[in-house]
Amino acid sequence: MTTEVADPASSAPTVRQPGLLSRVMSGKTGPVAVMLLLILVIWYAGAVYLNAPRLIDGYERNDTEWNFSQLTDDAWAMERPILPAPHQVLIEMNDTIFGKKITSKRSLVYHSWVTISSTLLGFAMGTALGMLLAVGIVHVKALDKSLMPWVIASQTIPILAIAPMIIVVLGAIGLTGLVPKSIISMYLCFFPVTIGMVKGLRSPDPLQLDLMRTYSSSTSQVFWKLRWPSSVPFLFASLKVAIAISLVGAIVGELPTGAQAGIGARLLVGSYYGQTIQIWSALVTASILAGLLVALVGVAEKFVLRHMGVIHAGGAR
Amino acid sequence: MQNVAVKAEPAAANRSAGNSVVETEQLSLTFQTADGPVYALSNVNLTIEQGEFVSFIGPSGCGKTTLMRVIADLEQPTQGSITVNGVTPQEARLNRAYGYVFQAPALYPWRQVDRNVTLPLEIMGLSKEEQAQRAAQYLDLVNLKGFEKKFPWQLSGGMQQRVSIARALSFEPDLLLMDEPFGALDEITRDHLNEQLLRLWEKTQKTVVFVTHSIPEAVFLSSKIVVMSPRPGRIIDVIDCNLPADRTLDARETPEFLEIAHRVREGLRAGHSYDD
Ligand SMILES: Nc1ncnc2c1ncn2[C@@H]1O[C@H](COP(=O)(O)OP(=O)(O)OP(=O)(O)O)[C@@H](O)[C@H]1O
Ligand SMILES: [Mg+2]
Repeated sequence: MTTEVADPASSAPTVRQPGLLSRVMSGKTGPVAVMLLLILVIWYAGAVYLNAPRLIDGYERNDTEWNFSQLTDDAWAMERPILPAPHQVLIEMNDTIFGKKITSKRSLVYHSWVTISSTLLGFAMGTALGMLLAVGIVHVKALDKSLMPWVIASQTIPILAIAPMIIVVLGAIGLTGLVPKSIISMYLCFFPVTIGMVKGLRSPDPLQLDLMRTYSSSTSQVFWKLRWPSSVPFLFASLKVAIAISLVGAIVGELPTGAQAGIGARLLVGSYYGQTIQIWSALVTASILAGLLVALVGVAEKFVLRHMGVIHAGGAR
Repeated sequence: MQNVAVKAEPAAANRSAGNSVVETEQLSLTFQTADGPVYALSNVNLTIEQGEFVSFIGPSGCGKTTLMRVIADLEQPTQGSITVNGVTPQEARLNRAYGYVFQAPALYPWRQVDRNVTLPLEIMGLSKEEQAQRAAQYLDLVNLKGFEKKFPWQLSGGMQQRVSIARALSFEPDLLLMDEPFGALDEITRDHLNEQLLRLWEKTQKTVVFVTHSIPEAVFLSSKIVVMSPRPGRIIDVIDCNLPADRTLDARETPEFLEIAHRVREGLRAGHSYDD
């Protein structure tokens, strides 16, 4: 059959439509879909490769006949695989996200909410602390000299090492639950905020500062009318990093609490019992959450920068 | 002397200083740079009286901007002395004695045009109505009516520069420091603004210090032309220039005008030959 599909574009003879492929790939969906497909292929292949030795051992012990398609089928359907297949993770996520009441201890929504709430609290505290430090560093010479080395040193301490200590110490003075986890988030996320904010507050060019000087304006006027607005694009760039590592901090903070609740708890419980599917579904959920949080900051950034008219900064164009 | 005391009686300080707005004596400024010292100003003696329109003219790099910045207390002289309104430049700056139009527009990109113009007014604490009224008045003066709500990046370079002129005029300082304000404008707009500025100057009796590279512009606007020469930056001629007060752009064809222009040109040439 050679039915020519009537192409509406062909009636306009001079306009040559670009090929379907290049049209799809020029958008955002095309490349994203291709990447996703690639990851899935590698993931499935990896599941076979990693799970095969144990399966083959089993076949040989039981003297079962096996071929390659048998092997892949089994590798993608194990109960405790080394690497679960994507669809296993999806089914588990579907079960625990939509299949359980959100108040249930087995619901991923419940655990996500626990993690998100300490992420957001930690993010808010970290942002406030980061901004405060930045304002101090920019305005007080002594702080610039004395504080900056400490700020940088604070990030060279591995968080995994001090997280249990923070939890224990705060627990001893009666702080448990949300706050200690948020403090670990804060500890991680104030850093990019300070660095970005210091850079932003120092970004006005000399002429813009000279102008303020000619008006003999006060330090606070210079701050509110010049330094602060100049720093906003820098601030948002930092906030995107900050919210992502704030989530990491919250998850790390959940590990030493005896795994009561949160995505970190799911990870820990999963690894106690070799529940790899549970571990992976918690991991995937965490990365989806991270993506959503960063996207949320991105939306706020676009909105604020457009409102400020600074469309050429911060990649909002 | 206490700043507070000075702030309380700026006008008195102004009058007691014999009406000279700027007075420099053997003023020198040397920038220390990585490749050795740059002699930006050398032994500059200059007096600018109340109500004068003084233009600095000279080749690029001869220190015009630097001299202006010293007057504005944005640069510190290395030798000699300077007073502004009879006090130090710093005190004058704290009294908000002058409005400065920079060589580049220096607008704040997150502020719309009208809010760029009201920036100094906000800082000085004028009422909202007063701010709006002044913004409208001075944007009109520089022919930017209708652009109040645009952001700076939506304007051409010349329009941006006009916004910065409106901003400097908006708080109505007695001393205007203008560094090549019309450099980026087309001939017709430039002519228009030249006339506007001249009218404004006559009407308000402001003191204007003006930098330009254009001989006709300098001669047309000024009551005094300061010819400078580079390396080291110094004054090589001061030319009085008293064309009739009610002159129009047509004055540029009169013999008096051409004679002064000729003298400025000779001065600039002489300055250049020193160089070789
Ligand atoms: N901050 C600085 N540090 C070092 N050198 C400087 C500095 N500012 C200016 N200079 C030097 O001082 C000299 C005078 O500069 P200035 O900006 O006053 O020139 P100008 O007469 O305004 O020139 P133009 O007409 O090009 O604007 C130049 O040689 C310049 O390189
Ligand atoms: Mg200059």
